[in-house]
Amino acid sequence: MNVALIILLPFLGAVLPALMIRSGRDACATVTGAINALALALLLAHAPEVLSGGSVRADWSWISRLGLNIQFSIDALGLLFGTIILGVGLLVVLYARYYLSADDPMGSFYAYLLLFQGAMIGIVLSNNVLQLLVFWELTSLSSFLLIGFWGHSPAGRQGARMALTITGGGGLALIAGLLLLGKIVGSYELTTILASGDVVRASPLYPLILGLILLGCFTKSAQFPFHFWLPHAMAAPTPVSAYLHSATMVKAGIYLMARLWPVLSGTELWFYVVTFTGLVTMLLGAVIALFKDDLKGVLAYSTVSHLGLMTMLLGFSSPLAVVACMLHLVNHATFKAALFLNTGIIDHETGTRDISLLGGLRKYMPATAICAVLAAASMGGLPPLNGFLSKEMMLEEAAHRSFAGSAWLLPVAVTVASVCSFAYSLRYVTDVFFGKPRQKYPQGLQDPGIGLWLSPTLLVALVILIGLFPETMLGRPVRMAAAAAIGGEVPKFYLALWHGVTPALIMSGIAIGAGALLLLAYPLAHRGWNSLPRVAAKPMFDFGIASLAGLSKQVTGRLHNSSLQRYLFVTLVASLLVGGITFAQHWPTFASGTRSVLPTNPVILLAWVLLIAGCILVVKMHANRLVALLLVNLIGLMTSLIFVYFSAPDLALTQISVEVVTLILMLLALYFLPKHSLLEATRAIRVRNGLLSIIIGLAMGGLTWAMLTRDFDSISNYYWEQSLPGSGGRNVVNVILVDFRGFDTFGEIMVLGIAALIIFALLDGLLNGPMRRHMLTWTSGEQYSPTRHPLVMVVVTRLMLPLSLMVAAFIFLRGHNEPGGGFIAALVVSIALIMQYMASGFGWAARRVRVDYHALIGGGVLIAAATGITAMVFDRPFLTSGFKHFHWPVGDFELSSALAFDLGIFMTVLGGVMLALAQFSKLGEEITGEQINEAPMDYPPGKATVSATPLAQGAKRAGHGQPKGLPANNPNQDERI
Amino acid sequence: MEFLVAAAVMAMTAAGVYLLLAARTFTVVIGLTLLTYATNLFLFSSGRLAINQPDIITDLASPHADPIPQSLVLTAIVIAFGMTALILVMSVRGFFESGGDHVDLLDTSGPADQEHP
Repeated sequence: MNVALIILLPFLGAVLPALMIRSGRDACATVTGAINALALALLLAHAPEVLSGGSVRADWSWISRLGLNIQFSIDALGLLFGTIILGVGLLVVLYARYYLSADDPMGSFYAYLLLFQGAMIGIVLSNNVLQLLVFWELTSLSSFLLIGFWGHSPAGRQGARMALTITGGGGLALIAGLLLLGKIVGSYELTTILASGDVVRASPLYPLILGLILLGCFTKSAQFPFHFWLPHAMAAPTPVSAYLHSATMVKAGIYLMARLWPVLSGTELWFYVVTFTGLVTMLLGAVIALFKDDLKGVLAYSTVSHLGLMTMLLGFSSPLAVVACMLHLVNHATFKAALFLNTGIIDHETGTRDISLLGGLRKYMPATAICAVLAAASMGGLPPLNGFLSKEMMLEEAAHRSFAGSAWLLPVAVTVASVCSFAYSLRYVTDVFFGKPRQKYPQGLQDPGIGLWLSPTLLVALVILIGLFPETMLGRPVRMAAAAAIGGEVPKFYLALWHGVTPALIMSGIAIGAGALLLLAYPLAHRGWNSLPRVAAKPMFDFGIASLAGLSKQVTGRLHNSSLQRYLFVTLVASLLVGGITFAQHWPTFASGTRSVLPTNPVILLAWVLLIAGCILVVKMHANRLVALLLVNLIGLMTSLIFVYFSAPDLALTQISVEVVTLILMLLALYFLPKHSLLEATRAIRVRNGLLSIIIGLAMGGLTWAMLTRDFDSISNYYWEQSLPGSGGRNVVNVILVDFRGFDTFGEIMVLGIAALIIFALLDGLLNGPMRRHMLTWTSGEQYSPTRHPLVMVVVTRLMLPLSLMVAAFIFLRGHNEPGGGFIAALVVSIALIMQYMASGFGWAARRVRVDYHALIGGGVLIAAATGITAMVFDRPFLTSGFKHFHWPVGDFELSSALAFDLGIFMTVLGGVMLALAQFSKLGEEITGEQINEAPMDYPPGKATVSATPLAQGAKRAGHGQPKGLPANNPNQDERI
Repeated sequence: MEFLVAAAVMAMTAAGVYLLLAARTFTVVIGLTLLTYATNLFLFSSGRLAINQPDIITDLASPHADPIPQSLVLTAIVIAFGMTALILVMSVRGFFESGGDHVDLLDTSGPADQEHP
């Protein structure tokens, strides 16, 4: 738990700064720092154990079958990285408090920073590669937020996007690579993978795996040719650059290469690819850094160069080179972060970080100057600072290594890189802090307050201490980390400034001398550099992105011509093909079914003839929509007859009542929609569609036939047998609905309720949204009967209402034992109610409805849920039903908890159906602009006049060209017409 | 008898698919309804056909129709109603928004552009 807490702390803590910012910026920074310090303390608490050769592990199984478990482990490598991440993090938190201005949203800054920190620490402590991938992607995402923190500047946004694209793209490759790696090894656990190096290297997939994983590492660690995102990411606030782009995130690639070193290294391929990439990156970065004028640009390219150095060391495949890499990792984090923070101070105090505008700063800011000089000297590789140590080790390793058959290529190349490295480090010092000021500095320019200088000073102190006492400071951690990385013993070595006159010392001397000379000849070199053809990465990147976007647009444009008919056609053909191919594959073994068929019944034959005739006619006459609607209803009724005949009374009841409700709904819709379709499809298209439909129909019919003529084993016997003892119901279909599969039904009534709410919202938008104006000027253009609320209909529906309600109650109560139930009862009630709307008009009826349909839907779902939860109160699983027999005057009803569930179904279905239908009728009433009638029917018996006579409204409908509100439609004048 | 059911599924599917491929919303809704019938009947028949054997327990040993497809189809009918209602409302809304009842909202002949005299 302790281990997981180190990772969890920053993630959980990320909420706090966002909240604490209300209490001021100090509180916000303090809480962030406290979280960070706590995580660091937890990590360091494991240090004694880990540094004495042990490792701490914490495992939780999650989806073990997929190899996805939560596994953390702290070994020396993780400890080294983790200490850098949390240690530098703490300094950056302190620094950022004073760096950010009062306008910057500091709460979100610290929240992002902690998110990033958690992701980063997650990478280095993960013992499962899948989990590592998740953290890996999280660093890309959180760094996107941090780089783009100043979202108002285009450079910030573009830099953030570029970093995300490059590292995210590399992340995709890494996912593929690690998945393949896990597949070969048979486990995603890092410890297991590390022990299977031989298997991996012998695998034919090794080159592919290596390529993919290296792609991930190289993009993350800004290796050539992906190095260009790092300088652009410098648009980030300087604390972010110091943290992400020198000390931590860019080292993630180095970490992973070091981590997988025992598995992937040792081959020719590894040596050449990694060494070459590192070497090129190191050289390129060092040369470009020399000619940059932006201080952060210098540091960015210098970082690229140093990352190349570490990559190259890992490529050497020698244990001592790994030691050098580990040592340089720490050293680089200290001096580079110090330099970044120093640059931030310069930028903060002078308002610029352009070298050509700076100079002579040592007079104004002596403390800053001392810090910068020491850190830069370390970067340039001067003794007795820590940069010298690791650079010596690197030179020593490179001096004895031949590359591509040449013994001098590597030594020369690294010496050239060192020359440039020394030159730009020197330039950072001389051109910024010495010489004459090149511009007028702000009044009162001086060293900043302690908040800003403390962090870089502490780092510089480390630079000196490590340089002077390397063995004491870093001997053990580096030795153990390297041992953990290579997975074995590290050869004996001793960290010291003086090793005698070695090739490395000579190379160092050359680098310092030539570097100083190079800077003396800087104007000349600069002119030479400027005359070289420039390969700018950003335009290329932008062009690449633009062409990708263009390509994707083209492809999308071809696939998506926004014709729904075409999509549907393609979908249908595709599904037909899938089924057809499968069928064809099994064709040789196909045998017709042996199940005996039932004899034909003449009544069903008649229904069948009607159904088939309906299908043919609806296709022929679908242009006349009213006829088509009636034909579909005929087909629906025939289907319910089939249900009745084949022992499904519940289905038949449901189908009939749904049929009625659907008919009403479609008639309502048809009031608005055109009554006739134009036959606009060409003959060829109609023939094509017809052929496709016939083939699909034949396929479905054939499938049904094949299924019906085969015997099968049903699982339903269980339900049949358990229905009475388990739920106390005799109607097994209903028992399955409300009990056995109650959870499904619960979901389904929710879907229905949601559908009804969407319908309400859609129509409400039409009624009250911007479309209202259009809608109110719309007229159907049809002539309707002038009688709106016919007497006969009103009387009959009124009489039917109590009868229907009683039938519904009966159907509802018997549902558990006889055909019936909540679904059907709800439909019957809705039909009875909607008839009232139809007979007397929406407005009239709506005034008399005291139930809120929304509440009915919600109440139904709640009752159903409460029924289920009640079972849990009695320590049974969700929706277990209890029941008891009761003798009622009208019969022997069961009183079961399933009845309450059925009540929930009833309410939701009723509410849903009524909400949809009522809203629709409301639309119709609004659109015709009719007055709400006071009386339930047009000519109430015993009353001579009514306020709104149907004649006037009939006239208005007939004269649909007339705008509303004209005197002719004024109800007050009706009597004169 | 089985052949009749299979043929009914065939006819309703074919008619449904044909109408579904039409360009006008109401026709599509009609086609969808037909396809729903066909699918429900198909699902129902996966329990095989049985006559006079409703799933009402009078005698546990007596033969009975398969109740599972029945209960599945029962909810399917109700859900299909919800879906039909939703798509109908969408077509009405689309009609008012676009001015036509083309499925791709291509028309410009309906109320949205209809100027009042």
